[in-house]
Amino acid sequence: MTASNFIASLADSTSRARRNKNAGFLVVLWASLLLAIVTLATLVINTLVSGVGSLSVDFLTWFPSPFPEDSGIQSALFGSLWVTLTSGVVSLILALGTAIYLEEFTNPNSRLQRFITTNIQTLAGVPSIVYGILGLAFVVRGPLGWGFTVGSAAATLTMMVLPLMIVATREALKAVPSSLREGSYALGATRWQTVYRQVLPAARPGIATGSILGVSRALGESAPLILLGALAYVSYNPTGFDSDFTVLPLLIFKWSTEVQEEFRGLAAAAIIVLLLLLFALNLIAIIIRDRSRIRW
Amino acid sequence: MSTLMSSVPTDLRPSGHIQRQRRIERIVVAILMVIASSGVIITTGIVFSLVQPTYRFFTERAISGYGNEEFVGVEESAESGVRDSSELGFADESQIQYAEPVTLGEFFGSTAWYPQYGDGDFGVWPLLVGTFLIMLTASIIAVPAGIGIAFFLSQYASQRARRILKPVLELLAGVPTVVFGFFALFFIGPNIAKNIWPFNEVGIYSGLSAGITVGLMILPTMATLADDAISAVPNSLVEGAFALGATRREVCTGVILPAGLSGIMAAIIIALSRAIGETTIVLLAAGSQAVWTFNLGKEMQTMASYIGFAGIGDQPVDSKGYQTIFAVGLLLFIITFGLNMLSRKVVKRFREVYE
Repeated sequence: MTASNFIASLADSTSRARRNKNAGFLVVLWASLLLAIVTLATLVINTLVSGVGSLSVDFLTWFPSPFPEDSGIQSALFGSLWVTLTSGVVSLILALGTAIYLEEFTNPNSRLQRFITTNIQTLAGVPSIVYGILGLAFVVRGPLGWGFTVGSAAATLTMMVLPLMIVATREALKAVPSSLREGSYALGATRWQTVYRQVLPAARPGIATGSILGVSRALGESAPLILLGALAYVSYNPTGFDSDFTVLPLLIFKWSTEVQEEFRGLAAAAIIVLLLLLFALNLIAIIIRDRSRIRW
Repeated sequence: MSTLMSSVPTDLRPSGHIQRQRRIERIVVAILMVIASSGVIITTGIVFSLVQPTYRFFTERAISGYGNEEFVGVEESAESGVRDSSELGFADESQIQYAEPVTLGEFFGSTAWYPQYGDGDFGVWPLLVGTFLIMLTASIIAVPAGIGIAFFLSQYASQRARRILKPVLELLAGVPTVVFGFFALFFIGPNIAKNIWPFNEVGIYSGLSAGITVGLMILPTMATLADDAISAVPNSLVEGAFALGATRREVCTGVILPAGLSGIMAAIIIALSRAIGETTIVLLAAGSQAVWTFNLGKEMQTMASYIGFAGIGDQPVDSKGYQTIFAVGLLLFIITFGLNMLSRKVVKRFREVYE
């Protein structure tokens, strides 16, 4: 619509027609909003209804098995803990290093920075299943040949989460005002001293929220692990990076595909546990964000 | 005066601790540089891991079976490069069946995709059509609703409503895809897809239920990105339109939509590329058959869900079936990569510059 058309349309329309159109538009907007709210509500209620019956202490402490009546999620809980923590820590280190290098040690318009930035944007758009292929070809089989272990799952998820974490940490560093850095330089500090003693502490809340969101991505991700061929019914907890494992999303996937009706309740119960964990992580992120809202 | 003079060092070289600081600085920069290259290494790894097996898929013979048996249940070897029968543990080499390399003509020219049976058919069209149909269904839901939510949040919602609605979107965006998959299989499929499809009886698995659910999954992404695009429209334009007597709707559709169109287009493209790459929902909801059909009410596979499916049935390294993972993966990578490039181009090319 060109500007003159637009202005003409304002002049021509009678007020009643305009009012009806306005009301219609608002109804459409409300409908879109309702779609999101209803989806979330239905999803939660549907899961609760089918899963609450299977929730119990035994469900948390027993191990997965092909028999629904004595199945639990203990090994999946520990597997998720191992895999998520490992990939969270490793990707945080890598993301911090990359972000600090790009934000604090390179010129914003340099070729190098633009190259790495474009590269990270590209990686952020790669579907998660492609990271699964990378993990399958390089980590599980191929050069590293680690097999379907905690280590290879953590490595695959690390690669997947890394671009998100880099973007989040860079935003956190960018939010630190340059006056802080310049003050530090004026006092005779080197670049690294400035980063380490001034910028990082100031950016900590932003980094924390960013990495928590990255960790929750890793906690809920299933596609690459399905491709890696991880087992679902593992009846022991992981003991190291080279041990077999299962994680909650894989177990949910496996139980959802079982024919027997009873498994549906188990899957729903496992979803409830997973959603609670994710909710707790998000709550922590929100609390950190609100607690430390520094005004510069 | 003389006491001051004596405190000035005569040696003007940096003192010991400054030299140490400089050394630390150099080491730190070197370490950071190595870390910063990890992204580039991963990208190289992705391209290499996709291209090499795909090249062999199109140029080399590969094992396709043993005797009359499929590969299911065959103990697999962890090493790559298993082409010798003794490594596979077969006594009789003559029983191993080899498949000829797949030609590009077959891959892009055939409409049959049965990689696991016999010699196999490797026409990728059923996967492409499945991907397209599910993406289309998802976008019919997510694009208008996402833009609607963005308009509501940015133009109509009060500060308080925003504070409640934003977390709802964030929560929905944080729901893992496997949870959406469960939702698709046990709620959307039987309760919605079954009832709204007029053309045929919809079974447990259908492209429709997968497409609807993928649409709901990308809805928060779409809304957030569109909201960003709308926020980028300068306030002076909006206020100018109000001053001309435009109503809020007219400001939305007549000013903000055209002014923010480049950003909204980019948001749509990014949301679509997420829909294309979605694996778990489609794997759970749309079944495991790559049927050559345009009927959403039937089972179908997308490129991504085929890859996941092929990973579940353990296939020996270097078999034809195993190589299909990489060939389809490369195609998926190229398509999503192209879409992401396109979204960046759209933003650059069609951005209306104000002020």
